[in-house]
Amino acid sequence: MSGTPLLEVSDLVVHYPAGKGKVVHAVEGVSFSVNAGELVALVGESGCGKTTTAQSVMRMVHSTAGTIRVDGRDITNLSAGELRPLRREMQIIFQDPYESLDPRFKVRDTVAEPLEIHGVPREERDARVHDALVRAGLTPPKLYLDRFPHELSGGQRQRVAIAAALALEPKLLLADEPVSMLDVSIRAGILGLLDEQRRAGLGILMITHDLSTAAHYADRICVMYLGRIVEEGPAKEVVRNPQHPYTRALVSVVPKRDPRLTTQPQILKGETPNPVAVPSGCRFHPRCPVAQAQCRTDDPPLSTARDAREAGHRSACLFT
Amino acid sequence: MSGAPVISVEDLHVWFDLADGGELHAVRGISFDLHPGERLGLVGESGCGKTTAILALMGLLPASASVRGRVLLEGSEIMAGGEDTISPHRWKDVAMVFQGAMNAFNPVQRVGKQIAEAMELHGTATGRSARLRVAELLELVGIAGERQDRFPHEFSGGMRQRAAIAMALACDPKVLLADEPTTALDVMVQAQILELLVSLTRDLGLALILITHDLPLIAQVCDRAAVMYAGEIAEIGTVHDLYADPRHPYTRLLFAATPDIYGDDLVVSIPGSPPRLDHEPVGCPFRPRCDAFLERCDTVAPRFRTVAPGRSVTCHNGDPA
Repeated sequence: MSGTPLLEVSDLVVHYPAGKGKVVHAVEGVSFSVNAGELVALVGESGCGKTTTAQSVMRMVHSTAGTIRVDGRDITNLSAGELRPLRREMQIIFQDPYESLDPRFKVRDTVAEPLEIHGVPREERDARVHDALVRAGLTPPKLYLDRFPHELSGGQRQRVAIAAALALEPKLLLADEPVSMLDVSIRAGILGLLDEQRRAGLGILMITHDLSTAAHYADRICVMYLGRIVEEGPAKEVVRNPQHPYTRALVSVVPKRDPRLTTQPQILKGETPNPVAVPSGCRFHPRCPVAQAQCRTDDPPLSTARDAREAGHRSACLFT
Repeated sequence: MSGAPVISVEDLHVWFDLADGGELHAVRGISFDLHPGERLGLVGESGCGKTTAILALMGLLPASASVRGRVLLEGSEIMAGGEDTISPHRWKDVAMVFQGAMNAFNPVQRVGKQIAEAMELHGTATGRSARLRVAELLELVGIAGERQDRFPHEFSGGMRQRAAIAMALACDPKVLLADEPTTALDVMVQAQILELLVSLTRDLGLALILITHDLPLIAQVCDRAAVMYAGEIAEIGTVHDLYADPRHPYTRLLFAATPDIYGDDLVVSIPGSPPRLDHEPVGCPFRPRCDAFLERCDTVAPRFRTVAPGRSVTCHNGDPA
């Protein structure tokens, strides 16, 4: 894909004060891009910085350094008023459709609200709400328009949230764990819906802890560890030919559907360190099964992985 | 598995009284055996009755529930006498790790004291011997024994879950029931906890029932799985058989709905939702969502029948009767 990416994040840093002069290094130098018609998954465990990264893109949290460009325009230092028109172009859906919808709002009002805020004329709104519900798979819309959230299933609620996000016809959608609260039997429906929108040209940044879902639905995967992207590349390449020792361990412990696959899971000891005290050198070295002396001092950048089989497959490791 | 089962469940039913005077038939006649050292997975969507079924084995259902069926613990029936016959076995022979157990510790009491409680209740250990036993239990689940004097907030989520497992093991049970023991944990910590559960079954001969909605997790950890739907066991068998040759359409669809990290196949959703159980379903409860139904599925409920050794299914397909 050529031209300007829809979303371009460069060297993003987000630090929070942690009291007593300490600093939480939530995100430390993260760069990636999302093109139109592309789904990029940020994958990692709790505390790796994936949600902070997404919130930073939405300007819900302040970044400490780095730039965020949407459609080529630097939005990093825009004021709330300057950001407002841009919000039409980027929308977000959250993990919990039981909490993200206002229980007093009918479906019609939930989906119309963003249109109202962005000054879409009243006479156009009904048609736009109708279209958005159809796009979100809530058909026929008249069955849903006058329902309240408590009258809907979890999957239907998430579809309403998606309809509200799509109503403004954004170019970029951020999806923060969009199916992790839903039953397995209906997840594919929601993910398929996002996939359809992607094919229609929407750029999607999906935050997930689930590598299996990312492997299936993402074009590219960025694996995060302790505030950094440690590996990125085409989705299937990353899970089938993981290069960074952290990704290798992560892929090895994901439960596989086929009980005959009995490859020994490579279980890392301990838990991710506290982002207040980031280890020196390679931040993964204290848990890394193949760390060498050099890893304690040298902080490896993302670079083309030695055994990469596809272009754009990069890993931040001194030895792979 | 050879030898006698440690626990046998025969035609277990659970009803809940509803506020409107009706009844909800949450568990609709399930049967299975579990042998020492064996790991059985109970899998199904929310509301399929998996948690209710194992709470019945613990005798921990609320007063609004009524139970029918037989539960044999090493051959002796423990259900018929209600609380009187169940309570001597609770925690002692059959113990449970509850969903969210790691968040259920009393925040102002030291972890070790909380683990010792069940022992003191059953009189298996008190005072100094209880402290020693707590240290031993913590070591067993991979936590240094001297940490028993710490408070819950000083433990990470994974350590609290290990401590919850140690608590369930306090009275040396024969059967451990674990309800979604890794749901809120990261995948690496999940792997650590699953490794622990597997080693407990291997080293102590503990029998494990693992409840989860995550089929791959069962495929990796368990010997056998029971797929539950609408309060029944839709299918039970070895995890290999269920994966390679699912006999119930629900089992097949559940696998197809689960993305696999190496899979290329299309992930499908299962249309519709499970039936409400405040009215007895007519015919097969899975019929409205099934892609392989027969004419009789509309009117006749399929029976739970054995199709091969250790393999049973509740489906008309392939049933000559």
